[in-house]
Amino acid sequence: MSARHRTFASSLSLLLIALLTLPWAVAAQTASASTSSSATAPAMPMTTMGHGDMAHMSMATPATDKKKEKSAKGKPAAHAATMDHMHGMNHSAKPNVRGEAPIVGMSNGAMQNMDYPSPADGSMDGMSMGSMQGGRAPQDARSPDYSDGVGYGSVQAHMGGNDVIGKLLIDQLEAFDGRDGHGQSWELGGWYGTDANKLWLRSEGERSAGKLQDGDVEAFWSHAIAAYWDSQLGVRRDFGAGPARTWAAFGVQGLAPYWFQLEATAYAGSSGRTAARLRVDYDVLFTQRLILTPELEANFYGKRDPARGIGSGLSDVRFGLRLRYEIRREFAPYVGINWVRRLGQTADYARAAGEHTLDRQIVAGIRVWF
Amino acid sequence: MNSPFSRMADPSRRRFVQGVALGGVAAGLGLLRAPGALASGRPAGIVGASHPHALSGTDFSLAVGEAPVNYTGRARIATTINGGIPGPILRWKEGSTVTLRVTNHLSTSTSIHWHGILLPFEMDGVPGMSYRGIAPGETFVYRFPVKQSGTYWYHSHTRFQEQVGVYGPIVIEPADAERFPSDRDYVVMLNDWSDDDPEHIYATLKRQGDYYNFAEPTAPEFFHDVRELGLQKALAKRRMWNRMRMSPADLSDVSGYTYTYLMNGHAPAGNWTGLFCPGEKVRLRFINGSAMSIFDVRIPGLKMTVVAADGQDVEPVSVDEFRISVAETCDVLVEPRGDCAYTIFAASIDRSGYARGTLAPRGGMQAEVPSMDPRQRLTMVDMMGAMAMARPSGHGAMHGMDMPGAAMQPMIMAHHARTEYGPGVDMRVDMPRTNLDDPGVGLRDNGRKVLTYADLHTIGGPLDPREPSRDIELHLTGNMERYSWSFDGVKFADAKPVHFRHGERLRIVLVNDTMMNHPIHLHGMWSELENPDGQFQVRKHTLNVQPAQRISYAVSANAAGRWAYHCHMLYHMEAGMMREVVVS
Repeated sequence: MSARHRTFASSLSLLLIALLTLPWAVAAQTASASTSSSATAPAMPMTTMGHGDMAHMSMATPATDKKKEKSAKGKPAAHAATMDHMHGMNHSAKPNVRGEAPIVGMSNGAMQNMDYPSPADGSMDGMSMGSMQGGRAPQDARSPDYSDGVGYGSVQAHMGGNDVIGKLLIDQLEAFDGRDGHGQSWELGGWYGTDANKLWLRSEGERSAGKLQDGDVEAFWSHAIAAYWDSQLGVRRDFGAGPARTWAAFGVQGLAPYWFQLEATAYAGSSGRTAARLRVDYDVLFTQRLILTPELEANFYGKRDPARGIGSGLSDVRFGLRLRYEIRREFAPYVGINWVRRLGQTADYARAAGEHTLDRQIVAGIRVWF
Repeated sequence: MNSPFSRMADPSRRRFVQGVALGGVAAGLGLLRAPGALASGRPAGIVGASHPHALSGTDFSLAVGEAPVNYTGRARIATTINGGIPGPILRWKEGSTVTLRVTNHLSTSTSIHWHGILLPFEMDGVPGMSYRGIAPGETFVYRFPVKQSGTYWYHSHTRFQEQVGVYGPIVIEPADAERFPSDRDYVVMLNDWSDDDPEHIYATLKRQGDYYNFAEPTAPEFFHDVRELGLQKALAKRRMWNRMRMSPADLSDVSGYTYTYLMNGHAPAGNWTGLFCPGEKVRLRFINGSAMSIFDVRIPGLKMTVVAADGQDVEPVSVDEFRISVAETCDVLVEPRGDCAYTIFAASIDRSGYARGTLAPRGGMQAEVPSMDPRQRLTMVDMMGAMAMARPSGHGAMHGMDMPGAAMQPMIMAHHARTEYGPGVDMRVDMPRTNLDDPGVGLRDNGRKVLTYADLHTIGGPLDPREPSRDIELHLTGNMERYSWSFDGVKFADAKPVHFRHGERLRIVLVNDTMMNHPIHLHGMWSELENPDGQFQVRKHTLNVQPAQRISYAVSANAAGRWAYHCHMLYHMEAGMMREVVVS
């Protein structure tokens, strides 16, 4: 699923978000370095990214249970709690400074520049507007059932919309050349299923010096929980250098306001290991086919894993800029730059291994889907 | 090279000829002709175009099979009726009883639905509702009395067969004289053809909803706006769209990227041509038989007098242009003068391509093909309905558009279903617009007189004078990212039937909670559209609901049985924007 979109305006906010994330990351790094506690990292990326129609969603469970939602809201550390509701139309909506402030303040004041009436116009007096997206059905919402108890006949129509369809997106299949040497890396995702329920696969990794350095495969049950969001529940398997690790995984994946494609996943492994990964990307269209994609990925670990060269806290942040040309929608060669920053203990491990903690890579590859 | 898609007003001059299309169907032979039909060649005056033959009478044999076509330079296999695209024109007479034997020569099941025709539901041709469909090798015999007159069409109601060629025109001669006599009479059927398998198109839309859209907003466009409007306004123009993850360029799911638009089975280069003698009155029966394409139709140099909509006579109204949504029909009279040709120009709503033909006094003539109007973006009115129209004029925030009748509309709150808050619904409109006098995105303020529903008045008023006794409100919903479509957020697969009590007169209220047009078609019964004040407006079988619009129409539930009710955008229907209506 790609978010191929839209104005450059929003890409500004990506950069700003990146800037917001990084200082925090540094702070978190410092904090976690001083205490060896295993931080529950996943809340943080969502805090910085969080805006959207995710209010009624908790990451682990589909938003059906009222109680669970409430308790999720009450707990500051819960992932859903930090995500404000998308109040596209609600004049009483409080400005959400976190994600939206960078884009010229999305408060009521800003919206009055927009092309619809505000209460000040007088035309809206006494009218209460709900949100145009997401949210919870009001008490007086009508029933969609007009059947009067009448059922279907003996012959059933096939038309229904629950088709099973699949997609495989090899988002990045590239060669890189950086200070730490050159190699190849991949990032791919695929799904198979209906609108509501999909088997979702993801994999990423890299190979250098003729050896698989690092890689993982993830498999999820991906369930639609809101218009733009799926909950994901599954497993991750790490391979490559060091011992293989297996994790239980849960998270959300979807499209945030302003067309940011977002994946946020938390992991729990054996021996009390925890981890989290955040990935955000965005498409800037120079033309309908020439597209620049900034991508940010951050990995967190609750506990160090020296055998894999991983420290606790924020271990690495990657920021890539890839410029592709879609010869067809499904086939696009690209070139780009990728920064890989290792932090904290992970950086210490890297230094000890004689590697750089900041690698800047030139990349070239293809993006293919079918 | 013959076969008029035409009929002279003088019955003795009617001609029925089978045709072999050049650009389209290459194997149009072996056609079945109705008993008693005359077969003789008209002068081969229609150049660059040949036509599906017409069949008339009361007994018809139709064969659904495969035939090679080549519209783009690539050979493909189409699914055809009697070997033609479109299938033969069926000419019926009001008051007669017709018998149609449809034989399936395919290896898969098929069906034929008679669009807009009042008939017993077992004859309606919808697999799973009327019957089981027509199995390979089988012949199904349809037989029903013809109780109406005008321009209609027929098509397969099985999966995506309508996209690959299974459609044709129906022209029903009135029992009495034509209300609007003409000297010549042509069917102009518009279709969208793709070389790609429709199953592939559908799966592609599920994988990437905007795959066929090559007009998305770009960064250079943003910088252009910054220069022209300033940063503040350039951002404001985009804020709501980007925040809501909605594209203002979302006019058509499937575009000219894969479609070749056909007029009477001819690509634009094929230039279907209808002949006239200067001074004659020519009736053009437009039928939009597309799977997914809405067309804006005009004939530069000619005024068109609209005399019928969906087969029903209307008070004549003179226009320069009209929008014809999927499955609608529209009859116009034109009076071409002089020894010159005129281009019939039907641009797709997203301006990604057009169908084109010619009216000419002699074969081989052609007129200039106009350039398409610039593609326009959806406006805030298309997103928020009456909310965006409520501003007093002079605010000037409507991106250069002035909504006709905007100020006068009463505010009506939509009543959302509780199922509209789930993953299948990407937006809801709380205060839809109710005006019918908006020609729609891309046609507003274009300097031409463009037909709107507010211009259509069915002659004779409603068929049933009763006031509707109750309302059924249904919302048109969808999610463009997931490419799922539904009523009230519930896909057909998950829905219960909608029950009409036999004999009742009821009102259906539709609110379009999406930013696309949806042509909604109720089988078996008329949809009598009301104006915003609740007064009868026009009688139709397919009503196009514009983005963020609310319409209401009365239905007399006088046809017992099981009927399909759905969006006529083929991929929307298949994705779940459909219901079964049970009248009992």
